[in-house]
Amino acid sequence: MNFLRFVTGSIRIILHGKKNYYYWLGFLLLLLLWGASGYAKQLNEGLIATHMRDSVSWAFYIGNFTFLVGVAAAAVMLVVPAYVYNWKPIKEVVIFGELLAVSAVIMCIGFIMVDIGNPQRFWHMLPILGTLNFPRSMLSWDFFVLFIYLLVNFIVVSHLLYSIFIKKEYNKSLVQALVLFSIPMAVSIHTVTAFLYNALPARPYWNSALLAPRFLASAFCSGPAILLILFQILRKYTKFEIQDKVLWKIAEYMVYAMSIYLFFSIAEFFKEFYSDTEHIIFWKYLLFGIGNNREIVFYSWSSIIMGTAAFFLYLIPTTRKNLFTMNIGAILIYASVYIEKGIALVIPGFTPDVLGQFYIYTPSMVEIKTAVMIFALGSLLFTFLVKIAIAILFEGYDITALVRKKASKEAQPAVA
Amino acid sequence: MKKNNSRRSFLKNLSVATFSTLALAGCDMRAIDEFLTKNFRVLSKKEKEDLIHKLKISYRKKYGKEFQISDKPATGGELFGYALDLSRCIGCRRCVYACVEENNQSRDPQVQWIQVLQMEKVRGIDFAHANVYYNPEKVPEEGHFYIPIACQQCENPPCVKVCPVKATWKAPDGIVVIDYNWCIGCRYCMAACPYGARHFNWAEPGIPEEKLNTDTHYLGNRPRIKGVVEKCTFCIQRVRENLYPVCVEICPVGARKFGNLLDEESEVRYIIENKRVLVLKEELNTQPKFFYFFGV
Repeated sequence: MNFLRFVTGSIRIILHGKKNYYYWLGFLLLLLLWGASGYAKQLNEGLIATHMRDSVSWAFYIGNFTFLVGVAAAAVMLVVPAYVYNWKPIKEVVIFGELLAVSAVIMCIGFIMVDIGNPQRFWHMLPILGTLNFPRSMLSWDFFVLFIYLLVNFIVVSHLLYSIFIKKEYNKSLVQALVLFSIPMAVSIHTVTAFLYNALPARPYWNSALLAPRFLASAFCSGPAILLILFQILRKYTKFEIQDKVLWKIAEYMVYAMSIYLFFSIAEFFKEFYSDTEHIIFWKYLLFGIGNNREIVFYSWSSIIMGTAAFFLYLIPTTRKNLFTMNIGAILIYASVYIEKGIALVIPGFTPDVLGQFYIYTPSMVEIKTAVMIFALGSLLFTFLVKIAIAILFEGYDITALVRKKASKEAQPAVA
Repeated sequence: MKKNNSRRSFLKNLSVATFSTLALAGCDMRAIDEFLTKNFRVLSKKEKEDLIHKLKISYRKKYGKEFQISDKPATGGELFGYALDLSRCIGCRRCVYACVEENNQSRDPQVQWIQVLQMEKVRGIDFAHANVYYNPEKVPEEGHFYIPIACQQCENPPCVKVCPVKATWKAPDGIVVIDYNWCIGCRYCMAACPYGARHFNWAEPGIPEEKLNTDTHYLGNRPRIKGVVEKCTFCIQRVRENLYPVCVEICPVGARKFGNLLDEESEVRYIIENKRVLVLKEELNTQPKFFYFFGV
């Protein structure tokens, strides 16, 4: 009964809001519809509606998937400094981080579903029903760890919120155990995703042991960037309290991640260019183009320039501790990592292909639209989850409030 | 207790409702049947017969033709191997087109299991300077040689290792096959293959009706659907009936040799033991059963 009330109450909450909230929902719905028109074309014609072909057989979708695995991983990693530095809104940081993780993992699954040729056969991957190639295939590992990660985060966050809602003490030992468990899980989802690429000797561009560490470092730049912005929005519009000091601490923590990421990239770069073997061709295609084919040079340099700019903005204390420049830095690093994972990671792995042939790939309109559709869906889901969480945490939305409201409503006609 | 019951029955009703809506939403029985098809390797003999019978009916509906669909397994006494004479190949691509016809590869969009690389003699085998799109009046061109590449039927196939659903495997006679009814189309195998041997049906395969080869094998040249991966199977529908792969028969210069590696008298064994043989990308430890050699 309480649960039913929670569901109906929550639906009421996500359907009601201020003007700006409706504008935001409307905007997301428009994006969703626009994106769905592209996906409909792909469903109808097949993946030929994308620009992927046999030479470049994975591209933008898988890149987006990889990026979002990073976001999902990093969102939860913020729990570590929250505990270590004993930040005041620790419960809130955990809750919003895990909500972001849940939304990001669902978007990851979305990108996999649009990428595979026969999405209706997805059940072939399920245990017992299907024939999951576990433990041999890295993709089966990825499926496995992502699923557990989604489950753990969902359980923790829904248990926390629901306990507050029904005004009961939450199960502290369970939550603490699961939160602690979710930290190595966060590391493992991104590690396994890196291993997906990493262990393919056919693709020398990815066949580097530094790939997984680089993935983690870059994720710790982009994931917290979203939360930095989110915390400021929450602080402005709700009773959520977070001190500037904490934001700066997160930014400082991102600087460490950025410098490690930079160091790893330079190490990789040095090894490839100084060795100067035939494998350098992928890096040359990425950074300078080969012959007249410079299609992804723009992407790679914009990622490098934005990333470097963000690094300096966060390295220098005065710009790090200024909210305006800090926010610019957050947007820059987010965009930089997005382009790096979306384009610069995947495409050079396939260009040239294993037989030395060049197929020039850039995302098609259908791919961009489909990606927009998934991001709109994910943002919608995240918005709803955050709205419910805000109501429970800061606006006194709980079971007694619901009952009281109902009682007063029933009482009214009698008075009239 | 009562509370619990109502929730459970609510969920039960919900799932029944969802399932029946799904079932009714434009799905005929055949589509459901196809959706529920199991992995070929776990089927019993009877289930295989049933499946092939249904498949024949659906092909008749789709193409208006009677198909022969064999599921003949490996005999156990054979391990197939291939040898290709680089000093003879002239790059005419007859093998490419014979393969397309024999194996029902899509003409629009084009799918070709064999890719012929033109290389420069002064550079030797060098993929970085190879060209598949060579198009002169006459082959062979001066100063060039040709390497046709299809599936190398690796003993240690990276594509099989990565498949998340076991839709592809190495048969006991060494042929790497794909169950097109089980492949989810994730294309991980294509990323893993070092030879570009795997091809994806990016759209519904387009084959003119009169060009269809109706003599097929379940794991080989039967018509495919959009969204699945396909590859060379050494013409499994032929070699399991003691015929040569069609590329061996069509080759005008006799550059292609095929046989049983377990048979000491076979031509491939002779070549491996007596000629200068190489395999492509040996350093990757894929252990191809496709050998290149210099006959003269």
